[in-house]
Amino acid sequence: MSTTEKDIASAVDAGGQHDHHEIPWIRKYVFATDHKMIAKQFMFVSLFFLVVGGALAGMMRFQLGFPGQPMPGAGILPDAMMAPTPNGAIMLPEFYNSLVTMHGTIMIFFAIMPLLVGLFGNLLIPLQIGAEDMAFPRLNMASFWLAVPAGMLMLASFAVEGGAAGAGWTSYAPLSTSGEWTGVYLGQQLWLVSLTILGFSSLIGAVNYITTVINLRAPGMTWFRIPLATWSLFVTAVLILLAIPILAGALIMLLFDQTIGTGFFRPEVGGEPLLWQHLFWFFGHPEVYILILPAMGITSEVLSNRARKPIFGYHSMVLALISIGFLGWIVWGHHMFQSGMNPLLGTSFMISTMAIAVPSAIKTFNWLGTLWKADIHFDVPMLHALSFVSMFIIGGLSGIFMASTPVDIYIHDTYFIVAHLHYVLFGGSLFAIFAGITYWFPKMFGRMMNEPLGKVHFVLTFIFYNLVFFPMHNLGLQGMMRRIYDFTQYDFLQPLQPMNQFITLFAFALITTQLLFVFNFFWSIFKGEKAGNNPWKSNTLEWTVPSPPPHGNFAEMPTVFRGPYEYSSPESDDDFLPQTTPPREGPGPSSGVPEPTPTPEGAEA
Amino acid sequence: MTTITADRAPMAGMKVYHLKLGMWVFLLSEVMFFTGLIGSYVILRFAHPEAFGVPGEVLNVPLTAFNTFVLICSSVTMVKAFAAIEQNDQEGLQKWLLATILLGAFFVGVQAWEYTLLASEGFVPMAESYHAIARGAAEGSEVIGGPLYGATFYTMTGFHGAHVSIGVFCLCFTLYRARKGAYTAGNLGGVEIMGLYWHFVDLVWILLFTIVYLI
Repeated sequence: MSTTEKDIASAVDAGGQHDHHEIPWIRKYVFATDHKMIAKQFMFVSLFFLVVGGALAGMMRFQLGFPGQPMPGAGILPDAMMAPTPNGAIMLPEFYNSLVTMHGTIMIFFAIMPLLVGLFGNLLIPLQIGAEDMAFPRLNMASFWLAVPAGMLMLASFAVEGGAAGAGWTSYAPLSTSGEWTGVYLGQQLWLVSLTILGFSSLIGAVNYITTVINLRAPGMTWFRIPLATWSLFVTAVLILLAIPILAGALIMLLFDQTIGTGFFRPEVGGEPLLWQHLFWFFGHPEVYILILPAMGITSEVLSNRARKPIFGYHSMVLALISIGFLGWIVWGHHMFQSGMNPLLGTSFMISTMAIAVPSAIKTFNWLGTLWKADIHFDVPMLHALSFVSMFIIGGLSGIFMASTPVDIYIHDTYFIVAHLHYVLFGGSLFAIFAGITYWFPKMFGRMMNEPLGKVHFVLTFIFYNLVFFPMHNLGLQGMMRRIYDFTQYDFLQPLQPMNQFITLFAFALITTQLLFVFNFFWSIFKGEKAGNNPWKSNTLEWTVPSPPPHGNFAEMPTVFRGPYEYSSPESDDDFLPQTTPPREGPGPSSGVPEPTPTPEGAEA
Repeated sequence: MTTITADRAPMAGMKVYHLKLGMWVFLLSEVMFFTGLIGSYVILRFAHPEAFGVPGEVLNVPLTAFNTFVLICSSVTMVKAFAAIEQNDQEGLQKWLLATILLGAFFVGVQAWEYTLLASEGFVPMAESYHAIARGAAEGSEVIGGPLYGATFYTMTGFHGAHVSIGVFCLCFTLYRARKGAYTAGNLGGVEIMGLYWHFVDLVWILLFTIVYLI
């Protein structure tokens, strides 16, 4: 252990020397090129958008729980959103459409995606592969500073005449092609421009991540010694790289349809609305995996560490990531079973979609295998990671329902879909984000998050989350359509009113619970218990450097001798074995046991 | 300690410098962008063959064939520029970069001129005002194709033209740097990645020319 401590001491020294010329404040905190600062910038901005998206969801839930009733405190909103009545302000249907659209857009593009890719991609990739920074630090800065105006444009669209975009986050044509159908003109265009800018931001981020992982790995960091979080972010970056340009092309064509009057997606002049769906989902399905793969990587990292066991089946985990990434390209049609597409094509999409269950199940069983007979530490990150696994199973199983074309006829565009997507996006991705933030918080800020408060937050979130989203399966099966402003207009849906009210009340509880996290987060930044370099006794490279790591990360280039998950190894006196530990010379304490010899090629596994 | 040094693997990664790898990765995404546009065109044209004209009916093929030749020449001059700096020939680098800039700018100029000619014959992207007539036909002749023809044509060639224009702009920057002596035989990454981009744009045009004008 003394070598590690010496390394750290020298890292601190070198950190001091690095900063000979003090970096100006604006370059350090605003136009920063340091990957860790950019990661934090992405985190603060996207947590802000998470709050915005949650507030939008809260307003939607109010309307669904209490349709047509005045909303308390809504009087401050303009008349274009809320119709004033003597009893208070009542939500307008057009505003509800904007809420549905913007909740989806903001949560997917401005909260979950930048948290997973912007925060964890920037924070973890250089640290876990032993690089001093990204390959292109200035491009990295540009990536963040393109995302900010994109987000501002998206928010600004609420303030323009006609309100924010109202054609759903999928923006289906012909509904989205003209303000005649939605009443939204400029808002819909701002939506398109904002997403195009954000797409460019993601794209240059992806170029950076891919180049960094390929070229900047420390000596000995072979492909099969890369920690799974970085592996998942690498596969995600490839998906972003190839999917975003398709979206950009489609967005621009739709923008042309709206502004200069081309007819790509306008049936009245001979265009093809279905083409939009194909282009959107050709991007959209890889996007779904962009939103879940990094969450899987984070979960693998936390599970293995907190179970103090090597991850079960490291190679199959990597191959499963790659095959999910590949299969993601040939399943987009399963979003379009009811679009009038050729049924034969639907069948082929059904088969390819169900094939994804195989790599997903490999990952799930490997997680279970990791937990089997393990010394499980129920810390806050572990609790979140465990709920990721369980919620991902529920979301994955409900996905199989929709993948079956005959069943999909029945549940398409109902609340069953809403339940499914929230089980993977909230129950999956967001729980993994909580796991990741609480796990790497000490590395980012040098302090631990408060454990009891974190546990209370976890338990309440987990309970309220399930009370909100599980009943939605039921609503969907009983025929309640998604995105509907007032379901009570249908007689057959009126009996669902109590269930909707139940969901709404627990949705408010769920949103309120998040205040605990916000408080814990900010309190811990300043007052949290000081963390050492390696509070979780982890093996990966980011824990060999000080918390927070200095500019340039590693005082000297680390050398990697082994895989990332050698916990409870007989080779070590402690229960972990950092990747930088050289192989023991001569026979080890367990010489009787046939023991794999670590080699630089990573052939031990 | 000897075993440790023996175990020390060589530096991981590819034997390609970051900029070049980054440019290749970026070009992959460009391939997907043009695939999206060209794929949409192919789908629309298969679905609505009546909305598209016969080659040469509306579009001026000989003019664009000449323009294609100009762009291919600019790729040759780009290769010459790279070959020059490989020999550390500063003057040759600047000369060939300038030639590439002029050829690229000429290409964009001809394309803009072609746009104005086509637009004056009613071949416009706007669906509601589309009334393209055959080249050289009298005013008020039969309308050829439909709005999708104009929209796809201008979108595809327009985005390609934008890529050429950005390329010309970047070439000017490369030339500016070359004049300040930024490149040597041992440090020619900037010229090389500029060349990669330029050849890619050239290649896309050959595809577009074939699909839009000739087929």
